[in-house]
Amino acid sequence: MRTIKTLQDLFRRYRRPGDIIFALLFLALAIFLLTQLGEQTKMVKRTKWYAQPSLWPTVAVYGMFFFGALHYISSLLSPRIPGRWREVLFWLKSLEFVAYFLIYVFTVPLLGYLPSSVLFALFLCARVGFRSPQMFLAAAVFGVSLAVIFRAFLQVKIPSGQIYELLPDTIRAFALTYL
Amino acid sequence: MDVFVSGLGILAQWQVLVALLIGSVGGVIIGALPGVGAAVAIAILLPATFSFEPIVGLTLLLGIYGSSMYGGAIPAILINTPGTAVNALTTYDGYPMTKRGQAHRALSLAYSASFFGGVFSILCLIILSPLLAMVAPHFGSREIFLAAFMGILLVVLAHRGQTFAAAMLACLGIFLNTVGLEPVKYTRRFTFDQSWLTSGVDLIVVVLGLFAISQALLLLVDKDTAPPKAHVDGNLTTGLKELLGLKRIATVSSSIGVLMGMIPGVGEFTSQFLSYTYAQKSSKTPEKFGKGSPEGLVASEAANNAVPGAAMIPLLALGIPGEALTAMMLSVFYVHNVIPGPQLFANQMDFVMALYMALILLNVIVLVFLLFSTNLLLKIIQIPTRFLGLMILMLSFVGVYSLRNSATDCMLAAGFGVFGLILKRLNLPVVPIILGMVLGGIMEVKLRSAMARVKSPMDFVDRPIAAILALMILLIIVMHIRTLINEHKNRIRPEPTGDDSTTQQG
Repeated sequence: MRTIKTLQDLFRRYRRPGDIIFALLFLALAIFLLTQLGEQTKMVKRTKWYAQPSLWPTVAVYGMFFFGALHYISSLLSPRIPGRWREVLFWLKSLEFVAYFLIYVFTVPLLGYLPSSVLFALFLCARVGFRSPQMFLAAAVFGVSLAVIFRAFLQVKIPSGQIYELLPDTIRAFALTYL
Repeated sequence: MDVFVSGLGILAQWQVLVALLIGSVGGVIIGALPGVGAAVAIAILLPATFSFEPIVGLTLLLGIYGSSMYGGAIPAILINTPGTAVNALTTYDGYPMTKRGQAHRALSLAYSASFFGGVFSILCLIILSPLLAMVAPHFGSREIFLAAFMGILLVVLAHRGQTFAAAMLACLGIFLNTVGLEPVKYTRRFTFDQSWLTSGVDLIVVVLGLFAISQALLLLVDKDTAPPKAHVDGNLTTGLKELLGLKRIATVSSSIGVLMGMIPGVGEFTSQFLSYTYAQKSSKTPEKFGKGSPEGLVASEAANNAVPGAAMIPLLALGIPGEALTAMMLSVFYVHNVIPGPQLFANQMDFVMALYMALILLNVIVLVFLLFSTNLLLKIIQIPTRFLGLMILMLSFVGVYSLRNSATDCMLAAGFGVFGLILKRLNLPVVPIILGMVLGGIMEVKLRSAMARVKSPMDFVDRPIAAILALMILLIIVMHIRTLINEHKNRIRPEPTGDDSTTQQG
C-alpha cells in the first residue's frame, strides 16, 4: 500500500482541464505508430544497426509510447480541475478559423494575392466582431500592405491569380508581377 | 585585424544595414506586442528572407531575435503584462515601480540593463572566439552526437514538472524528422504510400504551425482584450547613470545569462531566476524584491538579454541549437548555405566577425530607438488581440505558402497550429518538438559517421572531449535522480500546509 502511495506521489503534477484527453490521444497515436513500425520502415540487409533506416523511427516511436504512457499515468493520478469538455470545445472552435485559413489558401491562386488578402482580412475582421468602419479600413489597409510588401517589394514566391488573365493588357503585366 | 576589416566590409553594405535597422526596430515592436514574440516573427519572416543574400537575411532575423526582449519589458513594466514570456520576472519589480509613479525610471533601468547584458554577452562571444576556433575542430562526429544528445536531455529535464510530456514531445520531434525518404538507403519511412510525405515534414512548416498559426488561433478564439492606455513622462536616459551604481548586479546577472545561454536547453528562464535569486540574496534590502526593487529589475533584464548572444556560441561553433529560437536560426543559416560548426570558424571568420559587429550595432540601435520612441510604441501595442490574431494568421500564410507554393504545406501547418494551440492551452512545452526535429537529425547523421570508426563501446568516448561530454551526461542524469529523491523525501515529510497544485512529477 505504501509503495502504491509513493508511486502516486511521484507521478502527481499540475494538470489542466483536458489534459487526460490529450494524454490519451497522444498515447493512441504512439500505439498506432508502434503497430506500423514493421510496415512503414525497413531493415536493410548487410547494414550495421547504427545505419539501419529503421533505427531512429524505432527509437522515436518507442520513446513516444513509453513517455506517453507515463504522461497518461501521471494525468490519471493527478488532481483534476473541472472543465474538461469546455476545454475540448475550445480546441474544436479553432477548427472554424482553420477552415477560413484553408479557403484563403485555395483562393489565392484563383483571385490573386492582393484581392484575396483584402477580402480575407475584411471577412475575418467582421467575423471576430470588429464591425466599425475604422476597423474595416484597418483590415483593408493591412491586406493591401501585406500584398505590396511581400509580393511587390520582397518578391516573395506567391503565384499570381488566374483572374488577372482577364484584365486589360495595360495592367495585366503589372498585376501578374506585383499583385 | 584583416578578419575585422573584412567583417566590417561585409557589414557596411547598405542592404545589411537596412536589414539590421528593420530587424532591430521590428523586433522591439514585436517584443512589445503581448502575444506575438520573436519566435512567431522569425517563423513568419524566415521564408521571406530566402531570396536575400545570406548576411542580409541573417541580420534581419538576428535583429528580431536580439531585440524582442527589449520590447517585451515595456508592457511588463507599464501594464503588468510581459510582452514575451521571458519578461515575466520583469513584472515583479517593474510594475510596482510604475504604480509608485516611477515608470520612466523602471523603463530606463530596464533598457540600460538590457543593453548591458546584450553587449556583455557579445563581448564574451568575441573574447571566446579564438578559444572556440581552437576547440571546435576537435569536435568530430561522436562529440557532436554526444553534445546533441546532451541538448535533448537538458531540454527534457529543464521542463520541471513536465518531464514526461517534454520527453514524449521530443520523441515526436525526432519521429517527425524521420518521416519521408531516408537519404542514405533510400527507403521510405512512415510515408503511408502518400507522395506528399515522401519529401518529409519540413521544419519551417512545423515551426510556423506550432508557433505562429497556433498563436493566431489562440488569439482569434479567445476573448478579445486590448492593453490599457499608458504614457511615460520623464527622462529615459537617467537609467544609464543609475546602472553604474548597480554594476555588480548587472555584471553577475549578465555572466549568469552568458553561462546559461551557452548550455543547450536552459536559456532565459533559468538565467533570470538564478540572477534574481542571487540579487535578492546579496541585496542589503531583500525585502524590497517583488515590491519595486531596481536591483531585481536589473538582474532580470540583464540576464535575459545576455542569453541570445551566448546561445550563438554552441550554434556557431558546433551547429547545435540550445532552444527554439536558435533552432530556427540554425535553419536560417542552412537555408542561406552557411553551415555553422567548426568549419565556419576556420573558413569564414570574417562572416562570423560581421555577425558579432551586427549584434553590437543592434543593441545600440535598439537603445537609441527605445529612448526616443517608447510613447509611440505604447500606442502601437494597443492593437486588440483578435485583430492581432487576424494579422498573424495572414502573415503565417506568406510564411508557409512561399516555401514551395504548396496547399498541402498550409494544411499541415494548420494541423500543427491546432496541435500547438492544444499544447499552449494545456501548458505543455512546444520547444522539445522543434529541438527533437533538429537535434534528432543531427544525431542520426553523426551516429552513423561516428560508429564507422568505433569497434567497442569504449572507443566512442576515447577522445578527451567525448569523454568529458559522456561524463557530463552521466552527471546530469545522476543529479536529476538525486533531486527527485530529495524532492520525494521532502514531500513525504508531514507539512502543516500542503498544496497539491505545486506537486510535480520527475
